[in-house]
Amino acid sequence: MRVFLEQLINGLTIGSFYGLIALGYSMVYGVLKLINFAHGDFFTLGSYLGYTLLVLGAAFMTTHLGLWGGLAVAMIAAALSLALVGVIVERVAYRPIYPAGRLPAVVSALGASLVLQNLIMIVWGPRYQAYPARLIPNLHIQVGGISLTVLQILILGISFLLMAVLYFVIQRTTWGAAVRATALDRDTAALMGINFNRVIRFIFTLGPALGALTGVMVGMYYRQISFTMGWNYGLKAFTATILGGIGNLPGAMFGGLILGVLEMLGSAYLSTAWKDVFVFLILILVLIFRPNGLFGEKIAEKV
Amino acid sequence: MTGKTNPLLRTAALPLLIAVFAAYPLLVSSYFVDVAFFFGIYVLLGLSLNIVLGEVGLYDLGHAGFYAIGAYTTAILNTRFGIPVLVLLPVSALTAGLFAYLVTSPIIHLRGDYLCIVTIGMGEIVRLALINNPFDLTGGPNGVGGIQSPSLGFLTIDSSIGFYFLVWVVVGLSIICLRRLQRSRIGRAWNCIREDEVAAQAAGIDVRSYKLLAFVLGAALAGIAGNLYAAKLMIVSPESFSFWESCLMFCIVLIGGMGSVPGVIIGAAAISLFPEIFRGFANYRMVIFGVAMIVMMMFRPGGLLPRRRGGAEARDLVRRLWRRNG
Repeated sequence: MRVFLEQLINGLTIGSFYGLIALGYSMVYGVLKLINFAHGDFFTLGSYLGYTLLVLGAAFMTTHLGLWGGLAVAMIAAALSLALVGVIVERVAYRPIYPAGRLPAVVSALGASLVLQNLIMIVWGPRYQAYPARLIPNLHIQVGGISLTVLQILILGISFLLMAVLYFVIQRTTWGAAVRATALDRDTAALMGINFNRVIRFIFTLGPALGALTGVMVGMYYRQISFTMGWNYGLKAFTATILGGIGNLPGAMFGGLILGVLEMLGSAYLSTAWKDVFVFLILILVLIFRPNGLFGEKIAEKV
Repeated sequence: MTGKTNPLLRTAALPLLIAVFAAYPLLVSSYFVDVAFFFGIYVLLGLSLNIVLGEVGLYDLGHAGFYAIGAYTTAILNTRFGIPVLVLLPVSALTAGLFAYLVTSPIIHLRGDYLCIVTIGMGEIVRLALINNPFDLTGGPNGVGGIQSPSLGFLTIDSSIGFYFLVWVVVGLSIICLRRLQRSRIGRAWNCIREDEVAAQAAGIDVRSYKLLAFVLGAALAGIAGNLYAAKLMIVSPESFSFWESCLMFCIVLIGGMGSVPGVIIGAAAISLFPEIFRGFANYRMVIFGVAMIVMMMFRPGGLLPRRRGGAEARDLVRRLWRRNG
């Protein structure tokens, strides 16, 4: 039981990473019907920027801001930079192309992913980079016999906070209403005075910023980052998006959490080597029986 | 067709093309013969995905899985049982086709991006399974090595030039078959499904069977490419069949133009020759490649050589009516 609970917590931790990345995929998909393959690389770039900020600013931070202030600054700076990168990528690589249809946009997204990934490799080098160890306290806390690290609690806290904030923004603000309206029916939304391009820009600010925050947290959690990790996380997060029902934001969050828990339980009780196979098999089984994902609504066929 | 092309050029084009292909390996170094071999492999892979993606419009981003099944079938049966590689060519095609039938039957009803993610999952499962070495068959991350060269009894193909001719003969035969298929009832049914699935169903087309057929034929052709790849490299390992490989095939079809055979050839040329041409740029090579993909889609979203069948036929019809009335 103890092992199960610990694995559950571990699963929720990585699941919240998948969920946060999945939100970016899901928002873009909801409005543009585009699988944004570059999203995983936004996440990687955020992770690397956070790394550089933490390494370069370590001395400054510990004297002037304290540890938590330093981490906060690094995360916020990475998020803001990636919001900018996201807007630029959208402007350059997507906006001229998505009127031409969905498939050309997929190629363009793959191209953007390739560019970002290789630029990261050129700037930071092809080798693994390690997040500074001493910045992050490695304290264990015992809760009812379960061992948790402070970092895990922090990550779970930040993740759930971010998900809640995003949910609030999308469901309760005017901007969120514009996004939902555009996702529902782009032409009608435009007739109601919603500026399509501004909605897209808004999404490409939020998504990459969330990705960057996740990137910094992944760096703190695993300590090791590589320029190719965007592929793997991106693929898992995209799987989570589909699992939850594509374009459905709470679905993407739950999809991520479910995926993370499945992966951890799979590696604890089945085998570490086969855990990803297990995850993809579950995905395929879910889609065979629920073709629109776990929380996806059944959409009537358009004739 | 268009009627404007010089008839002399039309009759001379094919022999000329064959002559250039035959002369090419004699004129360049063996390195460039190898480049042309891999170009041929990408043409085969592009053609195979083109059946699924180009003709029927099914998003398949796990095609490297079928390619891997073909390559590993050849590798395992050849190294374990000594079955000649050329005999294994149809065997690899059948295995990959059968595999495609089994895995796509339960998921064929999925649409668009849901099908896309399931095929990605399928491709990843194949790759991960190969790495995990089930039943000690696939050799884990190191793969299977020591595959024999293909032999016709009297003639053993073990040189770059030999492989070059082998792959391009297979490409030639595949193109002939695919062009006939495109113009057949099956090809028309496929295109009808791509353009409007509901209308296709209403017109009495058995959508499910035709989609399955596309997957099986596409996988079989990818299996053939896998066989040739395994024979050439003499070793197969899981890293050759990554998700990126599936993405490259996807790009070949879209850069060339959906459903167009000449388009696939151009797309494969772009994908396989581009990294060679820009080798001097070292690290920046892939950045340039990515930028080129974006720019290409900006200016030619339909691909470099989109299929013109519909347009050409309509023009023909108009011309005929014009003549009859005028």
